[in-house]
Amino acid sequence: MLHLLLFLFFGTLCVAGAINLLAQSHPINSALSLIVVMASLAAEYLLLGAEFVAAVQVIVYAGAIMVLFVFVIMLLNAGTEERTKGSRIAILLGVPGVVIGAVLVAWTLLFHANTSAVSIGAEPGGPHEIARLLFGQFLLPFEITSVLILIAIMGAVVLASRPDAVAKRHHTEAPKAMPELVGAGKEH
Amino acid sequence: MVPLSYYLVLSGILFVCGVLGFLIKRNIITIFMSIELMLNGVNLSFVAFAAQWHALSGQIFVFFVMVVAAAEAAVGLAIIIAVFRTRETLNVDQVNLLKL
Amino acid sequence: MTPNPNLWLIPMLPLAGAAINGVFGRQSSKKAISAVALTFCGGAFLIALWIALFQFSSASAPYYFDLAHWLRSGDFHVDFSFYLDQLSLVMMLVVTGVGFLIHIYSVGYMWDDNGYYRFMAYLNLFMFFMLTLVLARNYLMMFIGWEGVGLASYLLIGFWFTKDSAASAGKKAFIVNRIGDFGFLIALFLLIKHFGTLDFPALFANIQPLSPETAGAGLLTSIGILLMVGACGKSAQIPLYVWLPDAMEGPTPVSALIHAATMVTAGVYMVARSHVIFERAPSALTVVAIIGALTALFAATIGIAQTDIKKVLAYSTVSQLGYMFMACGVGAFSVGIFHLMTHAFFKGLLFLAAGSVIHGIGGEQDMRKMGGLRSYMPWTFAVMGIATLAIAGIPPLAGFWSKDEILARAFDTSWVYWLIGVITAFITSFYMFRLMYMTFGGGEYRGASSHDDHAHASHGHGHGHGEPHESPWVMLGPLVILAILSVFGGFVGLGNHFEHFLDPVFKVASDPGLQEPAREAGEKTQEYLLMGVSVAVAALGWLLAHTLYSSRPQLPARIADSLGRLYKAVANKYYVDELYAVLFVNPLVDGSTTILWKGVDQGVIDATVNESADTARHVSDNLRHMQSGNLRSYAGWVAAGGAVVIAYMVWMGVR
Repeated sequence: MLHLLLFLFFGTLCVAGAINLLAQSHPINSALSLIVVMASLAAEYLLLGAEFVAAVQVIVYAGAIMVLFVFVIMLLNAGTEERTKGSRIAILLGVPGVVIGAVLVAWTLLFHANTSAVSIGAEPGGPHEIARLLFGQFLLPFEITSVLILIAIMGAVVLASRPDAVAKRHHTEAPKAMPELVGAGKEH
Repeated sequence: MVPLSYYLVLSGILFVCGVLGFLIKRNIITIFMSIELMLNGVNLSFVAFAAQWHALSGQIFVFFVMVVAAAEAAVGLAIIIAVFRTRETLNVDQVNLLKL
Repeated sequence: MTPNPNLWLIPMLPLAGAAINGVFGRQSSKKAISAVALTFCGGAFLIALWIALFQFSSASAPYYFDLAHWLRSGDFHVDFSFYLDQLSLVMMLVVTGVGFLIHIYSVGYMWDDNGYYRFMAYLNLFMFFMLTLVLARNYLMMFIGWEGVGLASYLLIGFWFTKDSAASAGKKAFIVNRIGDFGFLIALFLLIKHFGTLDFPALFANIQPLSPETAGAGLLTSIGILLMVGACGKSAQIPLYVWLPDAMEGPTPVSALIHAATMVTAGVYMVARSHVIFERAPSALTVVAIIGALTALFAATIGIAQTDIKKVLAYSTVSQLGYMFMACGVGAFSVGIFHLMTHAFFKGLLFLAAGSVIHGIGGEQDMRKMGGLRSYMPWTFAVMGIATLAIAGIPPLAGFWSKDEILARAFDTSWVYWLIGVITAFITSFYMFRLMYMTFGGGEYRGASSHDDHAHASHGHGHGHGEPHESPWVMLGPLVILAILSVFGGFVGLGNHFEHFLDPVFKVASDPGLQEPAREAGEKTQEYLLMGVSVAVAALGWLLAHTLYSSRPQLPARIADSLGRLYKAVANKYYVDELYAVLFVNPLVDGSTTILWKGVDQGVIDATVNESADTARHVSDNLRHMQSGNLRSYAGWVAAGGAVVIAYMVWMGVR
């Protein structure tokens, strides 16, 4: 009972955050809604027993990635979204497509899924258990992701650097100085 | 005891919201955030199934998804900054030089 | 049957000559070309003669030689094989002998032509095909020769191909021939289907035991009529004779060789060779006889009013071929072959002499512009006179014996045939002597010293024109030889010697109902009576020609005027060509243009190709808008596609 209540509470929070993300016109509001979503999702993970994942969700997602997003919004001085003539196809084809897909999946889940219930904390995922798998069975992907992060760092640094930092001889007018952005969310 | 399908429905709703955000929004950063929303929805699905089938590898996979999402967000935002420098706009409709 | 390994040389030597002249002739000297052509053709003649004199004996006839395998298909097989019996021996000697003489003549006639090497190559090629035809052991080899002589005829008729009328005449000959060949082919198919073989000995052995079909249309009757269709095409009988007069566009040696002596007689040879079939199909035989008789009369009437010397001879050929078919049609196959042989002599001679006349007066062919040439060309006049006597049937020249035999045998079957034959003989005699009087008679030469455009461009001499002159001996020699043959060649028919020679071919077993009636005393009287009648009509024809063209030259014009429309119809060949144009040619051409060209070729094939290109262009034109550079539209497409995939997966999962 408690499980269901908690689930519904945090689920509503998630959905509200998601819809708010769609509804807001200023990106900073959308970012804050997304943080709410992530926090609620962390709670949901806890309900399912994934302690480590919940912690990582808060630390990495909400704490690093969203911070990065907020930094960039503030850096680029993103303002309210203005209405421009967009693409009709996106609305005409995309939205019905999404709706149909969602309806189909929902229908499948409701009538044809043979799933049972999960209890609270069904699969405990503490650091011990996670580590055992991570450094055992999944060692190779783990190491490769560290390489991936390294590449992402390099890419981000190169892409975001100022033009005159790269080409010293050109007299292009450099925009106002920007702090070097460090690659975010590194987890090693 | 919560039926698994509830978790999956929640995951689906998050995913659909992400896609709709991608289609509707015009600010490139908001579109990026919708992508993150989609990824989160999928993560929830993974963890739910891990709980149902008592397979911890579901949670491991969530871990990797997060890593990749982080890397992608970093590089993507760097690209946005680079585009912003030249085009002076964050409106995705105005970045259409690749049209035929 | 005994094998004879020399048989294959006879067709192959002229083929070698044709190949050598065809490949190397362009850069060879005319002497070399002539030497090659004459050597190979003469070699074939010599071998044929040698076989006839020293190797051939009726006891071991027929001879055969298998050159190579050809078709094998289940039980049906056809090989490149040659066959020599008395009938092919006669044909072979006629073809090689007359052919060789005409080769010699052509050396003189065509010497000044630019395409000399081509002409000699084509002549040799024709000899090859004709010899294949007569020496074939099965119908398919005969058909090769049949088609091949048609090809050679086309090449030679259209020899001066830069002239439109010549090219068209060549086409006309080939196409009309093809119509006949169609009938021939269907007959071959029927033979293969029902008898399983085309080999002459085997096939005729299969057909021998069958009894004659009396009730109209049976298998053998159909085959016979279809074979006759083929013969009508090749031998210019009604209704497929229209190509022969046009074929006179070719050089005169061509007309002599192909359209008088040898190619057009291929139909008669084929009917004679197929006598086993025809004897068992009386209706088909009647058809043959009727076609022959009608053609003989019809062509003779046209010949009266022609003014071109070669056209007269062309219609005369058609008429004489009709005689041969009539002979075959009443069952007298050997008599038909006899007439074929004598006709080769005197008609070949007539054409070559006409060529000599044309050559001597610088290319003029219109008889109204000739006259009085007797003093200028005595030798030509002499030989042409001999030939005219022969064709008119004046004894004791060759034509009398063969033609009289035909008339006698025709009378045995039905007096109608005999009457048509007699009338035709009268008309033949008339127009032939008309030709003689118009060309050689009278006092003065009507043709002026100026030549008009009728002169063939390639027919000039080195020396001055204007004065008609005799031809050189290279041309007169063959004329003299043919004249001798025309005089003495008929004597082989005395005492039915020729017929008995051919008996082993035509009288295999006691064929039902076609025995030659025994000549009793009363019959002998009848025979002499008929002989007298035919000589009398020949003399009458001469008399009429003499009256109209020698003693009272103003009469023909008056008669023509009084006959008016009838004379015009005859002079215009009864408008048969125009009729065919309306009935067949124009609808075909119009139909092809409208339906096949504009409808199918342009409308369907071109349209399909163009339309598919246009469609690709339009589709791509519309499809390119998909790549708009707009991120959100791409996302929309992806979402839609994703929905499709999800739907498919759900559907698969639910099933």
